[in-house]
Amino acid sequence: MKGKGFWPSAVEAPAAPARPWPRLQLRALFYRPRGDSPVKRLFIHLALWVACLIAVYPVLRVVTISLRPANKLLTTSLAIIPEDATLANYIELLFGRPGRPTEFYLWIWNSLIITVTTATVGLLLSATAAYAFSRFRFPGRAAGLIFLLSTQMFPAAMLLLPLFIMISRLGLINSYLGLVIAYSVTAVPFSIWMLKGYYDTIPRDLEEAALIDGASRLGVLWHIIRPLSTPALAIAFLFNFMSSWNEYIVARIILNKREMYTWPLGLWTFTEQYTVLWGKFAAASILVAVPVTLLFLYSSRWLISGLTLGGVKE
Amino acid sequence: MGALTPEVMARSLSQVLGFILAIALVLALLEGYVYLLFFRRPRSLLGAIFTRTVQGAMAAFLLLLVLRFLDRMGLIADLVAALGLAPLLAFPERAWAAWSAFSPMPWRLLLPFFLILALELLIYLTGEPRPSRLGLAYVLILPALIGISFLIVIPFLFEVRLAFSNMAMYTAQNPEFGLRYGVENFIKVFTGPVAKDATFFEVFGRTVLWTVINVFFHVTGGLILALLLNRPMRLRGLYRTILILPWAVPSTITAMAWRNEFDFRYGLFNILLRNAQQFFTDLAAQTQSLPLVYDLFAWLSQAVHPVPWRQDPTWAFISVVMTNVWLGIPFMMVVILGGLQSISQEYYEAAEIDGASKWQQFRHITLPLLRPVLVPATILGTVWTFNRFEVIYLVTQGGPQEKTDILVSSLYKAIFQFYRYGFSAAFALVIFFILLLWSIFYLRITKGLRGIYE
Repeated sequence: MKGKGFWPSAVEAPAAPARPWPRLQLRALFYRPRGDSPVKRLFIHLALWVACLIAVYPVLRVVTISLRPANKLLTTSLAIIPEDATLANYIELLFGRPGRPTEFYLWIWNSLIITVTTATVGLLLSATAAYAFSRFRFPGRAAGLIFLLSTQMFPAAMLLLPLFIMISRLGLINSYLGLVIAYSVTAVPFSIWMLKGYYDTIPRDLEEAALIDGASRLGVLWHIIRPLSTPALAIAFLFNFMSSWNEYIVARIILNKREMYTWPLGLWTFTEQYTVLWGKFAAASILVAVPVTLLFLYSSRWLISGLTLGGVKE
Repeated sequence: MGALTPEVMARSLSQVLGFILAIALVLALLEGYVYLLFFRRPRSLLGAIFTRTVQGAMAAFLLLLVLRFLDRMGLIADLVAALGLAPLLAFPERAWAAWSAFSPMPWRLLLPFFLILALELLIYLTGEPRPSRLGLAYVLILPALIGISFLIVIPFLFEVRLAFSNMAMYTAQNPEFGLRYGVENFIKVFTGPVAKDATFFEVFGRTVLWTVINVFFHVTGGLILALLLNRPMRLRGLYRTILILPWAVPSTITAMAWRNEFDFRYGLFNILLRNAQQFFTDLAAQTQSLPLVYDLFAWLSQAVHPVPWRQDPTWAFISVVMTNVWLGIPFMMVVILGGLQSISQEYYEAAEIDGASKWQQFRHITLPLLRPVLVPATILGTVWTFNRFEVIYLVTQGGPQEKTDILVSSLYKAIFQFYRYGFSAAFALVIFFILLLWSIFYLRITKGLRGIYE
């Protein structure tokens, strides 16, 4: 593996194999039905309906509350579409009241800035290390992996105190960077562990073939591994995005200026006022939740396989 | 009152992009440094002298910067005082101040960068390639190594140091350090209240209870739903999508939604309970002539009643457990479903031919083959539940009277409500050791280290 220079010479990259990872498990759809009796099937469907109702109802209640007019907010009615349903809460949230512009977009913006930065920094610091952990046997590897594995075990709250003091000594309270640093604490080791799991699934033959053909290690990294790892990087990004997007507890201690609030903090302010603004709170929840939930459902298959590679691994 | 204006957007973007750019540039320089160390060898004696001098100077400067950072965080104050390092550590800052007075803004940052880049380029040009077997591994590891040292290792060391201090609200600026304080802190963790009234063992017991109940319901609920879903049937995809909804919706929102449902008058559960009570009362009124039936309904109309979810400790605990169970089932369901789908159907066909009952098939085929998925998922689920206090924080905030606090939420309170920093650091270390024991157990059971040593 003689380095020919810092930048590798162009290597004929072999065709990428079928992606080993984001792939549907179709087998379940093709096996022979076990031929349950109609009564049993009815009961199964019934049980699933009940489970679905329990899963959905609390969420539907939020929709209901968001549609209620201000004077009928507190009611013992269980109807899903309330009487006198109105979109006033949504309108006030999106367009503000005269003389009082809405803060909703600012909160979303702050959340977006912080989350995207966290996810980017997480990838920046972890992507190459994961590959090294997967392919090289270097002194310190085992210790490093045990360390990474154990970071999955410990709560972020454990390091909250020293981080909080360090962040405040650096003058980063009430800044995006302070929160980005706090979130990176979990994002970086998690990404390394997850990406390592992914690189482990890429067969080594590819790289060995390229090495025999005279490619340098860096050439292999750039021409073979980089194109193959795009989906994994996207998933790691999405994961870190999701976990910091919803975070409330750490944000609460790092940010205490209203202009810097992320959306969970912003939403919480609705419940802390003199009269609790449940309608506005619920409307904001729905507006935030719908895109994120759709994103999650859309990507759930990959998210789940990523989580399986990252943590729950035999 | 802030609205989102273009100026706000521009300011935040420049701040964040500057941060990312700075990290990328510093990383690039460090990567270059390490690359040269491993892959270039000076060609001549003069080159060697030059290369090693520059590399030595850079290393010394880096070391100085790191020490200065640690000193600024208050981590090595004793060492600095003992060795009289203070003037030396002030050097980078004084140099920087002198440099800033001298150069305008963009150049202030760019010139040092280009200077170092030029030096590295010079080293590259005066050297020849040197083979290195593991150099690339270290080049690749470097960013993570730096990130993790600053994000985890240094904070952890800081925490250990804090545990041996008397740092609290009034001593936050100039805490004293010493073994005496450390012993005091650790004794206080086990004897005194950890937040306001609750003691360590009380909270620890509740944490274990919280974890066991939650994980039990997560796994059983997930297993049942996965078994129901693991068959060809109509609407399967729809069911699956709806059932992972509790996981998909941001938990901040669902936790707050559940909090509302525990309201005494307007919460869903009390409305349902009140309606049920009304229903039984009505039934009792209508069946007065039937002795036994009447007694049953009369008893039911007494037994079923709205519950003080917020005021009563037991009910408050039940309310947080309910919320967390609801939130956690979908994850287990999905993991178990994945495991079920990888079990070959042939086992069941063979068992059916041999006349095994459905229960026997479950007991002797499904469960053993599910074990590789189930065991790590359960143990990891335990750790996550042990650590996750978001639901508790959002639904009950540990109340009433800290009767729903678990260890991690008490820790949070001790830090951010009672400002007992030294004590909290010791408390955090105790929690750390509990989890450490558990993770060693985990690694033994799942042989999670096998992949590491292969």
